[in-house]
Amino acid sequence: MTLKRGLFGSSLARKYWMALTGLFLISFLVIHLVGNLTIVIGTADDFNAYAAFMTSFPPIKIISYLLYASILLHAVDGIVLARQNRAARPVGYGEYRGSANAGWASRNMALLGIFTLLFLLVHMKSFWFEMHFGSLPLDANGNKDLFGITVAAFEQVWYSAFYVVAMVSLGFHLWHGVESAFQTMGWTHPTYTPVVQIAGRTLAVVLCGAFAMIPLYVLISPNI
Amino acid sequence: MNLTLKVWRQKNAKETGSFATYQVRDISPDMSFLEMMDVLNEQLISQGTESVVFDHDCREGICGMCSMFINGEAHGPDRGVTTCQLHMRKFKDGDTITVEPWRAKAFPVVRDLMVDRSSFDRIIQAGGFISVNTMGNLPDANATPIEKHDADAAFDAATCIGCGACVATCKNASAMLFVSAKVSQFALLPQGQVEAADRVRNMVNQMDLEGFGNCTNTGACEVECPKGISIENIARMNREYLKASLIS
Amino acid sequence: MSTKLNSRIPEGPVAEKWTKHKGTIPLVSPANKRRIDVIVVGTGLAGSSAAASLAELGYNVKAFCFQDSPRRAHSIAAQGGINAAKNYQNDGDSVFRLFYDTIKGGDYRSREANVHRLAEVSTSIIDQCVAQGVPFARDYGGLLDNRSFGGVQVSRTFYAKGQTGQQLLLGAYSALERQVAKGRVKMYARHEMVDLVVVKGKARGIIARNLVTGELERHSAHAVIVASGGYGNVFYLSTNAMGSNVTAAWKAHKKGAFFANPCFTQIHPTCIPVNGETQSKLTLMSESLRNDGRIWVPASLEDAKAIREGRLKAIDLSEEQRDYYLERRYPAFGNLVPRDVASRAAKERCDAGYGVNKTGEAVYLDFAAAIVRYGQEQANLKGMHQATESEIVALGTKVVASKYGNLFQMYEKITDENPYTAPMKIYPAVHYTMGGLWVDYNLMSTVPGLFVAGEANFSDHGANRLGASALMQGLADGYFVLPYTVGTFLADDISTGPISTDLPEFAEAESASRARLEGFLNSKGSVPVEVFHRRLGRIVWDNIGMARSEMGLKKAIAAIRALREEFYRDVKVLGGMYEMNPELDKANRVADFLELGELMALDALAREESCGGHFRDEHQSEEGEALRRDEEFAFVSAWEFTDGDPGKATLHKEELVFENIKLVTRSYK
Repeated sequence: MTLKRGLFGSSLARKYWMALTGLFLISFLVIHLVGNLTIVIGTADDFNAYAAFMTSFPPIKIISYLLYASILLHAVDGIVLARQNRAARPVGYGEYRGSANAGWASRNMALLGIFTLLFLLVHMKSFWFEMHFGSLPLDANGNKDLFGITVAAFEQVWYSAFYVVAMVSLGFHLWHGVESAFQTMGWTHPTYTPVVQIAGRTLAVVLCGAFAMIPLYVLISPNI
Repeated sequence: MNLTLKVWRQKNAKETGSFATYQVRDISPDMSFLEMMDVLNEQLISQGTESVVFDHDCREGICGMCSMFINGEAHGPDRGVTTCQLHMRKFKDGDTITVEPWRAKAFPVVRDLMVDRSSFDRIIQAGGFISVNTMGNLPDANATPIEKHDADAAFDAATCIGCGACVATCKNASAMLFVSAKVSQFALLPQGQVEAADRVRNMVNQMDLEGFGNCTNTGACEVECPKGISIENIARMNREYLKASLIS
Repeated sequence: MSTKLNSRIPEGPVAEKWTKHKGTIPLVSPANKRRIDVIVVGTGLAGSSAAASLAELGYNVKAFCFQDSPRRAHSIAAQGGINAAKNYQNDGDSVFRLFYDTIKGGDYRSREANVHRLAEVSTSIIDQCVAQGVPFARDYGGLLDNRSFGGVQVSRTFYAKGQTGQQLLLGAYSALERQVAKGRVKMYARHEMVDLVVVKGKARGIIARNLVTGELERHSAHAVIVASGGYGNVFYLSTNAMGSNVTAAWKAHKKGAFFANPCFTQIHPTCIPVNGETQSKLTLMSESLRNDGRIWVPASLEDAKAIREGRLKAIDLSEEQRDYYLERRYPAFGNLVPRDVASRAAKERCDAGYGVNKTGEAVYLDFAAAIVRYGQEQANLKGMHQATESEIVALGTKVVASKYGNLFQMYEKITDENPYTAPMKIYPAVHYTMGGLWVDYNLMSTVPGLFVAGEANFSDHGANRLGASALMQGLADGYFVLPYTVGTFLADDISTGPISTDLPEFAEAESASRARLEGFLNSKGSVPVEVFHRRLGRIVWDNIGMARSEMGLKKAIAAIRALREEFYRDVKVLGGMYEMNPELDKANRVADFLELGELMALDALAREESCGGHFRDEHQSEEGEALRRDEEFAFVSAWEFTDGDPGKATLHKEELVFENIKLVTRSYK
C-alpha cells in the first residue's frame, strides 16, 4: 500500500515519473539528433540506413516501446498534474505578477509541453507513420527512402517554420525541465546543482538549436 | 502621499466578492502597509462603511498571520518581509494598489482579505512533530551532539512562519515549501530521524488531501518567502519521500 | 496576610519543597483522567505546553485561541533566549544562582518557593525542547551554545538566533498538534473567551465567541486554565501583538479571581522609537544589542536641539560631546544594567531635553566602537598590521553583521536608516507585565478550579523580569508544574461526571455576554474603538508608565473613569453580532482595558515605594535611584473586584517571606 501510493498515487510520485520519463526522453532526443545530423553531414543513403537500423534492430525496438510508453506517461501525467494545479486555485487573482519571482519557461511548462505534443503528433504522422506503415520507395541499398520525404517536407516553408517554432518551444521546455527533473528526484548538491543547471540549459539550446538547424539547412542548401 | 486602493471585499465564505475602490490621503512613507490599512479602516468607519477585515497580529514579521496579495505579489513588492513589515516608502504618490486575499482551494476566504489556513495545521497534525511526551527525565540535552552544519540547516528550515505566501504565490498553489521545511527540520536532526519515513509519507498524504497543487519547481515560493526558506528543502523532501516509499 | 489568600506553599527547606509536594499531590488514575475535561485558554508557550502535557496524561483538553492557528500566539515573537541552570559553560551557574538572580532581578517582590521551583525545572525544559526537535544554537563541537543575557554574570541563556520564542513555541505547538491528531485535544482556533462560568464556587467552563460566525458557545470542563498572556496593550502602543488582550483574565477577575500587582509592568529599553500618530505597534530590538552597543545622548542641550532639528548628525559629535549616561551612572554594569534601570535612565535624559529624534523621545545605541574593536581584532588575526581605518571598519562591520545581522536588517526595514553607519535610535516601550491573576503555589487562583499560567499570572518575576526568563516561566508552568498541580483540585472530581452546559450559570453568563456585545453594537456613538484605545494608552503611558506620582495617578484614575463613560456613550461599532466582526471584538477588549487601567493606577497609588518597574517619584534617592520600602511593602497586592466597580477594588496582602535570600538594595553602580 505504502509502496503503491509512494510510487503511483501521490503528487510526489507523479512528479517522479515526470522527471524520470522526461530525462529518458532527453536521452532519446540526443540519439535522434545524432541520426538527423546525417542529413547534414552524410548522404541520403546513410540517413536511410540509420532509419532502417533504428526500426529493425531488436534491442532498439524494445527500447522504442519504452519510449512510446514514456511519451504517453509524460503527457498523460503532465495533463493530470496541470489539471490538478488549475483546480488548486479555483478563484484566480485580479492581478498576478508571475514574472516577479519565476522564469517564463518554468511558469509555462504545461503549455510548452502541449505544444510539443501537438508537434510530435504531426511529426510522427509525417515520418514515423510513413516509415512504419506507409509505402515508401526503396533506395539503392534497399532501405526505405525516408530521406526523400524528409527533404520534401522541409522544403515546404510552412512545415519548416512549424518545425523551428516547435523546437524553440521544446528548448524552453528543456531549459527548465532538466534542472527541474533533478530537483524533483532530490538529486541536489550545493556544488553540483549549479553545474546541472548550466548543463541543462546548454543542452536545451544546443539540442533544439541543432534540430531546428536541419530544416533551415534543407531550405537554403541548393544541393539537396 | 495619496493612493487609490482596490481592495477585495467578500462578506463571508459563501458569498462571492468583488473589488471596491477607496482613496486614502496623507499617507506617510514611514507607515507600514497595515498601518495604512488601519487609516483606511478608521476612515471607512467614520463614513459608516464596515472596515476591511484582514489577519494581522504581531506586526513584527514573525507570527505569520498577515496575508495580503499586493499588486500581484504575496506580501507586496519588497523581499524578505511580511505585509506588516512592508513600508509605504515602497510605493509612490498617486499609485493604485490592488489588495487581494491569498487564493487557493485549500485556503478558502473567511472574509475580505482573511483566509482559512487550517489546512496547514492539519498537515502538521499528520506528522509535523516528534513523538515525545513531556517527561522530566529525558536524556540530557547535550547527550547527542549535532553537527553544527545540520543544526543550522534545521534551524533555517524551522524559521518558517506558516504564513502561506508560498502557496499564495505559487502558480499551482502548491504547499511544498511549507511541508518540506517541516520535514527537513526533523530529517536533519537525530531526534527526528526515528519517525522520518512515516512523517514524510503522512504529511505529503495530508497535503494532497487538502487540495494543494503540485510543485513545478518554478522557485517562486523561495523568492516570496518572508523568511527566505530555500527550495533545497523541497529537494530534501523529495529524497525523503522516495526513500520512505522504496525502502521502508 | 489576608484570610482570603492561602498561598499553599509547602513546608520544608526551599530546595525540597517541590519534590516533596509532587510526592504528596493526589494522583488521578488514567481511567479517571479520561472522565475529566480541562479547558485551556491561550496557546502561547504556557497554554500549548499545558494543553499538550495534560492531553498526554489522559485528560480531555479543549484549547482556545483567538488567532487562526495556535502557532501564532505572541510567545512566537520572543527574540533573545531562555534561561536554564544547566551550567554547561562551567561558569559557576547553579539552580540556587538562577533562583537568586531571579529574586534579586525581581527586586524582592516574588515568592521564594515559586521562583526556586522555576529554577529547578528550568533544566528539564531544555531537555524536553531538544527532544522535540527545537533547533537551538550549537557550537562547532555539536553541543548547545549559551550566551550571557540581561545583565547576569553567567552564560545560561539558550537561544536560536533571534527567534528563540518562535522555535520554542513551534515545539510546543507541534506537541499540541500531535494531541489534536490523536483526538486528545479539541482545538478551537478563532475563538475568544468572553466570560468565565463559575458553578457552586468552582470554575466549570467558559463562554467563547466563535470569531468567524459570531456565535456564543458554551464550553464546560472540570477545570479552566487561563494562559492568555499579559495586558501590555492597555498602553495601546507596546511590543505586544495587536490582538493581545486582558479580557480572559479580566473576566476571571470579575468572577472572583484576585488580580495581583497590576502596576508591575516592564518597559523594555531597546525598542524602535515612535514615529507618528498612526503607529499601532512598537518593535523590540533584542536586548542582546546592549552587549556590544553603547547608549548615549549629546552632552549639551544645544547639540541635542540641533540634532532634533536636523542641523547636526550624530557622527558629527566628538567623544567629549557625548554623554554615555549609563556608563557614567552605573560604571560597574554600564550598558548592561537591568531593563527597568536602563529604561528610566533613558526617560530621565529625554525628559531633561536630550532626546535625539523629532519627538524628543529617543537615545542613541551606537555600534561604532564595537565595529572598530571587532575590526581591529580581525585585522590582528589576519596579520594586517598596517590596516587602514576603512579596512578595520569593513572587517568589524562583518563581525557585527554576523552577530546581529537580522536585527540590523529589521531596523533598516522599519526606519530606512543604515545602522552600520549611523547609530540606531531607541526608546523604551511597554513589553511585559509582571502583574496578573493571583495564584497559589499550585498556580490556582482564588476561584477554585481556575488555574493561571505564564504571563497571565503574577507569580515568578516580582517587580521586574530578567531577560530570557519569560520563556522559561511559560514552559515551566505548562510542561512541568500544571500537569502535577491540577491534580490537587481535580482529584476530587473523578466522580463528578460531565458538567452540563445547560446549568443556569452557563445560561446567565451567555446572556450577559450577549447583552454586553449587543450593547456595543447598539451604541449610537460616532467614535471608532481605536480612538478610545489610543487615548487610554496615552493616559496610562503618561501616568502609569516609567515614573508614577501620587498626583499623576489620581489624575489618571479620573481621566480613565471619564474616558470609560465616554466610551459607553460614544463608541461606534459597525456590523453585526453573528458574523466575523473584528471591530466588535476590539470593543470588547478595549472595554476591559478601560477597567484594568484604573486598577493599575489604584495599585500604583497604594504601593508607596519604588521597586523594579514601579517607580514612584516620591520614593527615590538623591541620585534618582529607586527606594524600596521592605518594612512596609514586602507583600503582593491582590485586588478583589468589589461592588461592580474596578475603582472600588479591595486590596488583600500576601506577605512575602524571605528565608533564603537577604533583602538588599539593588546596586549596579
